[in-house]
Amino acid sequence: MSVQSIRPFEPVVKDAAANFHGLQVVYLCWDKHLMFYAPIAKMLPPSMTFGELIDAEITPAYSRHPDFARIDWSAVEWRKDGEAFTPALDKSLADNGITHKTAIHFTTPGLDGIGGSGF
Amino acid sequence: MSDVFIALQTNEESRYIVEALLQDNPNAVVDEQPAMVKINVPGSLVLKRETMEEVTGRAYDLQEMQIHLITLSGHVDEDEDEFRLAWND
Amino acid sequence: MDMSVKKKLGLKEKYALMTRDLGWEPSYEKHEDVFPLIHYEGLKIHDWDKWEDPFRLTMDSYWKYQAEKERKLYAIIDAYNQNNGHLNVTDARYINAMKIFLSAVPSLEYNAHRGFARLGRHMAGVGPQVACQMQAIDELRHAQTQIHAISNYNRFYNGIHDWKHMNDRLWYLSVPKSFFEDACTCGPFEYIIAISFSFEYVLTNLVFVPFVSGAAYNGDMGTMTFGFSAQSDEARHMTLGLEVIKFMLEQDPDNLPIVQKWIDKWTWRGVRLLTIVAMMMDYMLPKRVMSWKEAWEIYFEENGMSLFKDLARYGIKVPDCVEQIKKEKHHISHQAWTTFYAAAPMTNFHTWLPNEDELDWLSEKYPETFDTYYRPRFEFFREQAEKGERFVNPNLPQLCQVCQIPMLFTEPDEPTQIAYRQVEHGGEKYHFCSDHCQHIFEDEPEKYVEAWLPVHQIMQGNCFAEGDDPTAPDFDPIASVLKYWHIVPGKDNGDFAGSEDEKNFAQWRGMATSNQ
Repeated sequence: MSVQSIRPFEPVVKDAAANFHGLQVVYLCWDKHLMFYAPIAKMLPPSMTFGELIDAEITPAYSRHPDFARIDWSAVEWRKDGEAFTPALDKSLADNGITHKTAIHFTTPGLDGIGGSGF
Repeated sequence: MSDVFIALQTNEESRYIVEALLQDNPNAVVDEQPAMVKINVPGSLVLKRETMEEVTGRAYDLQEMQIHLITLSGHVDEDEDEFRLAWND
Repeated sequence: MDMSVKKKLGLKEKYALMTRDLGWEPSYEKHEDVFPLIHYEGLKIHDWDKWEDPFRLTMDSYWKYQAEKERKLYAIIDAYNQNNGHLNVTDARYINAMKIFLSAVPSLEYNAHRGFARLGRHMAGVGPQVACQMQAIDELRHAQTQIHAISNYNRFYNGIHDWKHMNDRLWYLSVPKSFFEDACTCGPFEYIIAISFSFEYVLTNLVFVPFVSGAAYNGDMGTMTFGFSAQSDEARHMTLGLEVIKFMLEQDPDNLPIVQKWIDKWTWRGVRLLTIVAMMMDYMLPKRVMSWKEAWEIYFEENGMSLFKDLARYGIKVPDCVEQIKKEKHHISHQAWTTFYAAAPMTNFHTWLPNEDELDWLSEKYPETFDTYYRPRFEFFREQAEKGERFVNPNLPQLCQVCQIPMLFTEPDEPTQIAYRQVEHGGEKYHFCSDHCQHIFEDEPEKYVEAWLPVHQIMQGNCFAEGDDPTAPDFDPIASVLKYWHIVPGKDNGDFAGSEDEKNFAQWRGMATSNQ
């Protein structure tokens, strides 16, 4: 379906990639850790490596959680826009196929929030 | 049969409305909440001008009730003698 | 001498003479030029005279009763002020519920005014024109009395000193604002289904109980009086909502699928909007009237179902989203409050952790979920706060493209897993909190790609304080955004405990009840 209107109009895509000054929006969510209540939104250079994403973005975002220090990064399961994927840590976000408004979700097997409560 | 209801602010006027509703709707159930009173009746409800005039001792225009209304549920039908609420199911 | 007395007009005759008889058919302009908006949504209307106004209210009576309501309202507002009424509330935490209400609702009322004024012009029958015109005036009255009511609070308490400015900018206020702007940018028929039927008829009872009965229960006469004054108009609005559905469905069988689609959409939009009301009922009223879950069961599952049973004869079905809401009623108030608690530095009101009594009340009201999922969260927050490490989520959240609420809702059957929905449109990715928001987007993507999502606007650099330089080495983006919102951190937000509001209230109440 599409919108009904009295006259034709050209919708303005408010969040087009071009509006973010060369950066792109990336969403991150550490599943089963609802202390952070919702996925987070970041504005990042496409040239940032996945390793840098973990160190410079994911770590300060989530380190407050008692589970964080216990993460075994080699066991983390990643999803990109809903599909399982294995990131190349030394490659850029762009080379990892992460584009504007990509959602990255990860789970940490064995770590499911405080007392396994998903929080 | 579904309930219809009417909710009124609790005040001096609405006491009479509740009294009239209880007279004319024997199945009415009164639910008192903070600062409001809700009257539930299975199927349909009627407020009669005649009863209101009897309990208030003065001429009464049923539209005056709108000043005290909070909410209602059911199809409204109003004329100068009766205010009615009903479901058609 | 002619002694015959002319009989007073009956209500029906008076209504016919003073309303219907005022309409006329244009003779030298084409009907479609006079009413250009009534065809493009696809609704088929054959006879506008079939519209019934069951209250049969004429303009002269309307002004008479509205004037009476205003007199009552201002008598009480005066008494409230003369009596320092704000010091009679149960506990000053309560004022924070009013801050949310007064930040969000006056602009909704004003937009409702605009919407109904437009409908009063564009509906092609005299019945709906008059009903919409009366409602437009009602809504303007509500906006004015609420804006006036702000002054009863903001000269004493922080956070609502600049409600209109914040209403257009502050992140969580984009939820109610975008809801109403979505409705106002619909055609006239969708607007009236959205507001009169789905919102006024199906959902407003869920607001009446917490706000007004709750205000009364918590000793807030100021809110009780403007609330009741507004509510006394609502029964007429609700009746318009029910009439409009009957009218559209009786006019032509082809209208059914269009009307059903709008009911489905706006029931969901409305319920998502009420998430914040759920939170206010369960967490922000020191004396609780009833839980959100109970209110939902009484006003939607019982009363709302009577309505849908009644409408079944036209082929109207209960919206699909109701199944999901039934599951979510055990969760959303807790999810919303933990969100605002963790986002405390970014709001214009204070938050707190529920005390022991309140935790027990929540356990009792939510036996299936509270102790399992939510009590441990508050225990963790309390532990952290007691250690002097009050928890704050340092991140900006992802928002749903349609309802604009942070993506905090969990899967209906898995309360520890955030629900993710995503589609691609025109080469761009869009994200949603639920199937229902996704479907609304897919039905009209052109509309929702234009959403002004506060988080993205901040990132694009559109929400920094004037004069701040984002390229300066010491630029603090969050500080600048707060300044842009006109929020002073710590004074207008953060914990209630230790706040200026708490201190002032205690001091003033002390002065009001002793000679110190």
